[in-house]
Amino acid sequence: MSPLHIKKGSTSHSAYNLRPTFSDVQEKHTLAVLVDNEAGVLARVIGLFSARGYNIESLTVAEVDHVGGLSRITVVTTGTPQVIEQIKAQLGRIVPVHDVHDLTVEGPAVERELALLKVEGEGEKRVEALRLADIFRANVVDSTLRSFVFEITGTPEKIDAFSDLMRPLGLLEVARTGVAALSRGTA
Amino acid sequence: MTRQMTGAKMVVQALKDQGVDTVFGYPGGAVLPIYDEIFQQNGIRHILVRHEQGAVHMAEGYARATGKVGVCLVTSGPGATNAVTGLTDALMDSIPIVVLTGQVPTFMIGSDAFQEADTVGITRSCTKHNWLVRDTEDLPHIMHEAFHVASSGRPGPVLVDIPKDVQFATGSYAAPKEVKLAHYAPKVKGDMEPITELVEAMEQAKRPVFYTGGGVINSGTGASQLLRELVEATGFPVTSTLMGLGAYPASGDKWLGMLGMHGLYEANMAMHDCDLMINIGARFDDRITGRIDAFSPKSKKAHIDIDPSSINKVIRVDIPIVGDVGHVLEDLLKVWKARGRKTNKEALAKWWAQIDKWRAVDCLKFKQEGPTIKPQYALQRLEALTKGYDRYITTEVGQHQMWAAQFLGFEDPNRWMTSGGLGTMGYGLPASIGVQVAHPDALVINVAGEASWLMNMQEMGTAIQFRAPVKQFILNNERLGMVRQWQELLHGERYSHSWSEALPDFVKLAEAFGCKGIKCDNPADLDDAIMEMINYDGPVIFDCLVEKHENCFPMIPSGKAHNEMLLGEAETKGVIDAKGSVLV
Repeated sequence: MSPLHIKKGSTSHSAYNLRPTFSDVQEKHTLAVLVDNEAGVLARVIGLFSARGYNIESLTVAEVDHVGGLSRITVVTTGTPQVIEQIKAQLGRIVPVHDVHDLTVEGPAVERELALLKVEGEGEKRVEALRLADIFRANVVDSTLRSFVFEITGTPEKIDAFSDLMRPLGLLEVARTGVAALSRGTA
Repeated sequence: MTRQMTGAKMVVQALKDQGVDTVFGYPGGAVLPIYDEIFQQNGIRHILVRHEQGAVHMAEGYARATGKVGVCLVTSGPGATNAVTGLTDALMDSIPIVVLTGQVPTFMIGSDAFQEADTVGITRSCTKHNWLVRDTEDLPHIMHEAFHVASSGRPGPVLVDIPKDVQFATGSYAAPKEVKLAHYAPKVKGDMEPITELVEAMEQAKRPVFYTGGGVINSGTGASQLLRELVEATGFPVTSTLMGLGAYPASGDKWLGMLGMHGLYEANMAMHDCDLMINIGARFDDRITGRIDAFSPKSKKAHIDIDPSSINKVIRVDIPIVGDVGHVLEDLLKVWKARGRKTNKEALAKWWAQIDKWRAVDCLKFKQEGPTIKPQYALQRLEALTKGYDRYITTEVGQHQMWAAQFLGFEDPNRWMTSGGLGTMGYGLPASIGVQVAHPDALVINVAGEASWLMNMQEMGTAIQFRAPVKQFILNNERLGMVRQWQELLHGERYSHSWSEALPDFVKLAEAFGCKGIKCDNPADLDDAIMEMINYDGPVIFDCLVEKHENCFPMIPSGKAHNEMLLGEAETKGVIDAKGSVLV
């Protein structure tokens, strides 16, 4: 599948590759959207997804350039290739959006998510939870005699696997940040 | 050089610096400082409307008839919410307008203050962009940016929400050229590679068709000129959407007429059977495509659009070209000429022979007989009697709108204003006033249905106050004609709430407003009545009583393909199957 890289204001070379990719296969894509950090910009992005019926699997947002006032929104979404292309084109239309990157097709990328898990247990279960946390390289950030709070970072799949293991050991609560992602190398 | 002034003064100054001569608006508590500034100057004319929806439609009419940005000024709360329909209409039809709304003071925002509404929240999805101004220092650049965003790229409506304390406070004003605009700069030049690919396809095409849309109009009169040159040079047939009428002249011999649900037989058949479809500034709207999987199955499709999201949204295209219509057509012509102005002449002659056969079907034929005026006849006479005038046409929404598109011919762009995408009943009367304000000496006619017209009839007061001699040509069938037609075709002739039982006497209504009323119910009197309307120096409400049960044909029923069109005499019952009837 060819990438669509929308960079506003470019006129010299082909910034748009809009050759169609029509297929019914649902794909999961991670999009990085660089926006002006102004009031309501997140509402514009989320509003676009709800108004046009697109999926949001995960969403993170924070200011990444305090001087330039730019925020980075990382959206994980699913859809057919045609829908993914539409999502990117529609995002590109939003005035405060500077750039839309599809990290799934623009070469290799790293994805990380952070989660906090509260696990309650005594005796062997408590020991087992600690042992598994060690295997997953999760840190203990809070402890009582009856509970732990683990901090774990990794891909969403790793966090899924860890919470699945914690469930029978007394998992009480999970808080996840959603995916943050960057392309590998200097691209 | 920056100057110190209040926010209210900045608003007026920015409007002047942006070349605005007319503002359509309605005062209220939260915009009083701006109204006070308007009172103390002469450069900008303010048109007092009767309802904020009217203000936005007037601004739309003004924008379409001039190619400039239309401007509205309304108050907070209900003023802003009343503007929502107009904003959505402008968004759907890509009309550049700037709506300025008052807001409660910043320190009261969020307190459910009197006439407070979350205006930027409410209008976020019906504007191209909107701003809440929190500081007077931000006001100048936001004002200039608003005009830039509204008018560049794919045009659209924008809204600037200005709290009352921001209007009162003082700050430094900067002129447009002193303001650094944000990064927003849509691509206007198309890539040469697909343009060349399109030229190659044009050289070989056996059955080509130009399918043009509102993008040609929005790109400016130069784009229409280039389109005409391209059509004449290649000899390809050209059809247009409702929004694009006038880009190519209706009197041109390559003109196939409008396409789509109520488009002409020859236009739709040409779209279905073509081998090369060249979409110029149109968006494959569902009124155009009919059944998607049967849409023009044998053609290679090229699509020129300034909005990348329009491409492959509905119909998969083979040659996508992102860019402004004017720029792309210029390059397209250049490349085509440089390569020797080639077309497949032999195949084209055959294609035209086929088109002539379709034309011979004469799909718009109707019989004017008996004592009742057929709506088609009324428009045919209106066309004949107004042809030589400096004429602008607006419409409401429904059967009359489709008949107007079929029976009136447009020779130039910006002469036809209609609500296409949103289908807003009540658009035509205020739009006609906006057009007339922009062109005081022109003949401006709103072709209306009585039901649509009543939706914003209060604006007759505006027409009279500002001496806008708009002609309201109402085709009165005492029905919601298009609803009635669908109920006949789809719902077993159960005419649920689609007729008006308590219509006003339009002549008396005209007198009550203080303008002229004309009533005509006899085909023999029609010409004289129309001439009386044209010659009257002032607004006219023309009550043209027409056949009540006339259906609008040709028609592509919902869920059908272009070549499954119904012509006038066709047996229409049961033509729309269950799958089609869920479509609108």
